[in-house]
Amino acid sequence: MSTMDVRETPLLRQWSEPADSAGWLRALRTRAVASVEQHGFPTPRNEDWHFTNPAPITEASLEPMQPAAGALTEAEVARVAISPAGWARLVFVNGRHAPHLSHVGQLPDGVRLMSLASALLEEPTLVEQHLGRVARFEEQAFAFTALNTAFMQDGVFLSVPANVTVETPIHLVFITDARGNGGMAHPRNLFVIGQHARATVVEQYATTAGGTYLTNTVTEAVIGDGATLTHHKLQREGRDAFHVGHIESTLGRDAHYVSFAFATGAALARSNIYTTLAGAGCGATLNGLYMLDGTQVSDHQTRIEHAEPNCYSREHYKGVLDDASHGVFNGKVYVHAIAQKTDGKQTNNTLLLSPEARIDTKPQLEIFADDVKCTHGATVGQLDDRMAFYLKSRGIGAAAARQLLTYAFAADVLETIELEPLREALEREALERFVR
Amino acid sequence: MLTISNLTATVGDKQILNGISLTVRAGEVHAIMGPNGSGKSTLAQVIAGHPGYEVTGGSITYDGKDLLEMEPEERAHAGVFLAFQYPIEIPGVSNAYFLRTAYNEVRKSRGEPEVDPMDFLDVMAEKLKVVEMDEAMLQRSVNTGFSGGEKKRNEILQMAVLEPKLAILDETDSGLDIDALRIVADGVNKLRRPDRATIVVTHYQRLLNYIVPDFVHVLAGGRIVKSGGKELALELEAKGYDWLVGEPTGATA
Ligand SMILES: Nc1ncnc2c1ncn2[C@@H]1O[C@H](COP(=O)(O)OP(=O)(O)OP(=O)(O)O)[C@@H](O)[C@H]1O
Ligand SMILES: [Mg+2]
Repeated sequence: MSTMDVRETPLLRQWSEPADSAGWLRALRTRAVASVEQHGFPTPRNEDWHFTNPAPITEASLEPMQPAAGALTEAEVARVAISPAGWARLVFVNGRHAPHLSHVGQLPDGVRLMSLASALLEEPTLVEQHLGRVARFEEQAFAFTALNTAFMQDGVFLSVPANVTVETPIHLVFITDARGNGGMAHPRNLFVIGQHARATVVEQYATTAGGTYLTNTVTEAVIGDGATLTHHKLQREGRDAFHVGHIESTLGRDAHYVSFAFATGAALARSNIYTTLAGAGCGATLNGLYMLDGTQVSDHQTRIEHAEPNCYSREHYKGVLDDASHGVFNGKVYVHAIAQKTDGKQTNNTLLLSPEARIDTKPQLEIFADDVKCTHGATVGQLDDRMAFYLKSRGIGAAAARQLLTYAFAADVLETIELEPLREALEREALERFVR
Repeated sequence: MLTISNLTATVGDKQILNGISLTVRAGEVHAIMGPNGSGKSTLAQVIAGHPGYEVTGGSITYDGKDLLEMEPEERAHAGVFLAFQYPIEIPGVSNAYFLRTAYNEVRKSRGEPEVDPMDFLDVMAEKLKVVEMDEAMLQRSVNTGFSGGEKKRNEILQMAVLEPKLAILDETDSGLDIDALRIVADGVNKLRRPDRATIVVTHYQRLLNYIVPDFVHVLAGGRIVKSGGKELALELEAKGYDWLVGEPTGATA
């Protein structure tokens, strides 16, 4: 694609010179758009997009997303988003902050939780220091991250000062309503977790109306020495929607990043979870579950970069694929020469419920250190006939047996979620996902 | 209640059951004994509806219905229960959820209302006593990591919950210590009623001291080669099977 062609794609058509007051932000956006112009959007010829063709997104005629049709009610939010009482919550509708649905409540002193637009005014130094510096975008594979960087308007900013533990789970809800049909939104989040601080975030994408729209989201997290960020992503976009998400984090010494990605939504979804273990002794736990049916396509890419010695990574993704759905899992682990004593383990298990369902699973280990322990394993299977017969022999009919065994397959990875109300909600959802 | 006539069955191209005929009336207890590999479990699994065995001839009538036409779950709804020789582990499904689902599915099939989890706990409290099992076992995944004896007890617990009309116990006594054996046998005896019947598959006379059979059958080479009363079990214990099958124990036809 030539530069001119890219400019004329619907995704970039709306581009105009940035009008931000901050010069660094104008420069960042300009750099991002230049990167897309230079590299174009990926195609399956790009190794990172080999199994997932983004053409349906790049060729769709999407416009910037319209504002919400009207104020959503609490009940409408509760219908699409888990929302246990007592969580701090920020809600965005069609990419715009909805203050009337958001309630932050009492958080420990010094914790800043607000919309990114507010943070640009209230915490300009912190934002400038980190925004756009964690999530890489200057490659063709990351064109959507660049697109987000060029067009981002709002999202969530969270900053937790050193030594502070935020007990209250922080819930970010991104909803698309009926007016979102035909639109694209670019939510952008930034988390700065100070030394020895702790926080738990649930980042959720949902819709009240369905429709064809694109959520193109980026979340950056900077996790200080000894800090822990537990970060859940729930992707439940509408059945005709596109979702592209990029989460990237960087960890300090002895820090921990715990991620869980749960995906049941979208017609076509791509979810990157990238993390750099940039301090000795730190580690990441990346788990996930995707449950697809119909003709859904859902692609999870993880990349763990071991950049320092003595770090660990634990990764367990499971997929349940029904009908003619298509799952992709690509687990990259990159171990730098300096990263001795790396301890990495990656597992991907897939349950195929239908002969037309398909999984492409690819571990990708690049190891440049010699004293490391890195393992990976992938299994693809069907429902266990012996288990199914055992259940039937107890009066549990074929449909219920299938549902129960599907749930059982997913159970162990869901059990890793420590946030109990979330675990219970997802267990229920997993149990009900394939009811016929 | 159950009439099996001239039943033949294969797995793959291997014929295992070679013409079995057996009639079980309500209230009766039948014991089936016989050498390893003679087809006892195969018969039990065929009655339960295991899809891996192909019935190539003969018939099974249960309560006047053609059992072979029924799905495994329909057989369970109609009161057929098989305690497996090798119970299946189902990681990820709690025993409590499994039992409640089974209980409710059977109730639904009879047009009875489902019970909610709280009421089911009351049902369970009583059933657990029957098999002297700890409540903690309900929270564990079905049979997962259970000892051999615990698995067998769990089979009897399921039976106590489902209250079948026709219970088939496939070597439920194997691997049980003497206390567990008594508990399992007591559990079975508590469920005995004039309108119910039991088939026990066993290698050991000791179980039959507790669950006293009305008839004992010897299965060898996929056929019933001898039937008798409870004294036949004692005779088998003393003499083995060779005098009946006329060839070394363990061979199949
Ligand atoms: N799925 C199968 N595939 C192949 N052979 C089988 C299968 N199931 C059973 N068989 C064979 O059928 C024969 C009968 O097996 P079955 O389990 O019914 O014996 P059994 O009488 O129950 O023996 P035991 O006393 O050891 O439990 C054996 O030779 C066994 O190996
Ligand atoms: Mg057997």
